[in-house]
Amino acid sequence: MLELHKVSRLFGGLQALDQVDMRISERRIVGLIGPNGAGKTTLINNISGLDHPTSGTIRLEGNEIHNLPPHRISGLGIARTYQNIRLFGEMTVLENLLISQHGRGRASVLDSLVFTPHFRAEERRLRDTAMQLLERFHLAGMAHQLAGNLPYGDQRRLEMARALATGPKLLLLDEPTAGMNPIETEQLGQQILRLRDEQLTVLVIEHDMSLIHQVCDEVYVLNFGQIIAHGTPEAIKHNPLVIEAYLGREEENELAVGERKG
Amino acid sequence: MDLLRSIGITEIVFQLMLVNAILGLSIYLTLYTGMFSLANAGFMAIGAYVGVVLTQNYDLPLWAALIGGMAAAGIVAVPIGLPVLRLRDIYLAIATIGFGEVVRILILNFDALASSISGENVQLTRGALGITGIPKITETWQLLLFLVVTVYILVRLHHSRFGRAMAAVRQDEQVAATMGINVVYVKNAIFILSAVLAASAGVLKAHLTRTISPGDYGFDQVVNILAFAVLGGTSTWLGPIIGGFMLTAMPEILREFKQYRGIVNGVILLLVIVYLPGGIVNVNAWKRLWRRVRRQPSIETS
Repeated sequence: MLELHKVSRLFGGLQALDQVDMRISERRIVGLIGPNGAGKTTLINNISGLDHPTSGTIRLEGNEIHNLPPHRISGLGIARTYQNIRLFGEMTVLENLLISQHGRGRASVLDSLVFTPHFRAEERRLRDTAMQLLERFHLAGMAHQLAGNLPYGDQRRLEMARALATGPKLLLLDEPTAGMNPIETEQLGQQILRLRDEQLTVLVIEHDMSLIHQVCDEVYVLNFGQIIAHGTPEAIKHNPLVIEAYLGREEENELAVGERKG
Repeated sequence: MDLLRSIGITEIVFQLMLVNAILGLSIYLTLYTGMFSLANAGFMAIGAYVGVVLTQNYDLPLWAALIGGMAAAGIVAVPIGLPVLRLRDIYLAIATIGFGEVVRILILNFDALASSISGENVQLTRGALGITGIPKITETWQLLLFLVVTVYILVRLHHSRFGRAMAAVRQDEQVAATMGINVVYVKNAIFILSAVLAASAGVLKAHLTRTISPGDYGFDQVVNILAFAVLGGTSTWLGPIIGGFMLTAMPEILREFKQYRGIVNGVILLLVIVYLPGGIVNVNAWKRLWRRVRRQPSIETS
């Protein structure tokens, strides 16, 4: 479904992504792990169109998307969440979900001016979809509160609900459980598994290995902008390269770091 | 009506209040969408001059001049908005002030420029002296009707998909884009709408004050328009209307203060900015002020 071919991104002299090859098949939950600064968020930014690769191609269902603006990519069925929660804090929870359904609406301003039946039916439909999603994420009771006033865990879930409201085929989750306790993480994992049952494809960046084990069919490991490993969560766990990336090499630890930086 | 007149609000003052409310709404549109654009005086000038030329040189009625002025500003706004709206905050403000100056100077030198190109003696904008003797054909009911229709359109805009997109673009452009909103389109459409509204105020005002000159549309006019929105607040459409009303009526009501009225006017504006940062029409700003007054009673005495 999503294919990355030799995707590189240079920021000045910094190689944030280096010839990344990746293949995400339909209805799979794919994990993306790696130490801080490995380029995980850069990769998601490139897929969602906020940033564009210096070289390489990104294809969604065979069509090149790496030069498209974000709203077109959203229209093609890719949605995302943000690591540092970025809700529309001055709006209500419900309004956040209405906004993210922007691309699914067709009614024009003129329809709104004269209250055409089309306009009213569409507004009702958008509201219904929003309320369904809120119920699913246990946020329905807060529909009319300002998103910025919600407790942290609720904001995280609202981020995910908002991304789903765009009606995606592929969902990119950037550290969805950051700051959550183990019970909340477990529950979010259940939600992610349910998405796959609904024919969605998911790419999830995570640090929490228990979530990776709980939900992922396969895992890519990114380090210094390069994919250093790919496999099942179980295989990744025992891969010496991955252990080295996270914990450093024994004895030569500091030397290795020095070489990398030099 | 007698009561209003007794405090200094004559018919012409009331008419100017309505015009300034429209100007306040024109800058409200861009501010609400997160764009700090100060091009309004420039578009007002385009509207005024095109409108006056249409009524004076072509003997067209006011409504035709209105449509002509608005269309001219809208057409100019397209090529200006596309490059300029890539800028943000103070950079956008500077670029749009620059646009306003270009318009003002072009109007100032239009006759000389057109004469040298055509080889004939063109007298259209009449340079720094401007155009005088414009008939006063704008009427109060027309202004009221125009304002009411504008407000209705704004309210319906806010309740549409597009209106939600405006608020989203203001709060976080990037997130708005990844949620499927075409940010460039929203910004440009609002910039054009704001220009058209400013131009309409230009046409209507020119046919009230009976004279227009390039100096009427300089930087101080932009600051005035911005002050309507700042005083009233931009959290709702009512803010800039109240702001426009107050700033137009205050100098008249404060006539008693004679030469000090400028100072009193300035102090009131300052007090609002300091103690009601969200503007006069902003419930949260009043709540914050109330909490402050209650916690520190000394504020009242100081």
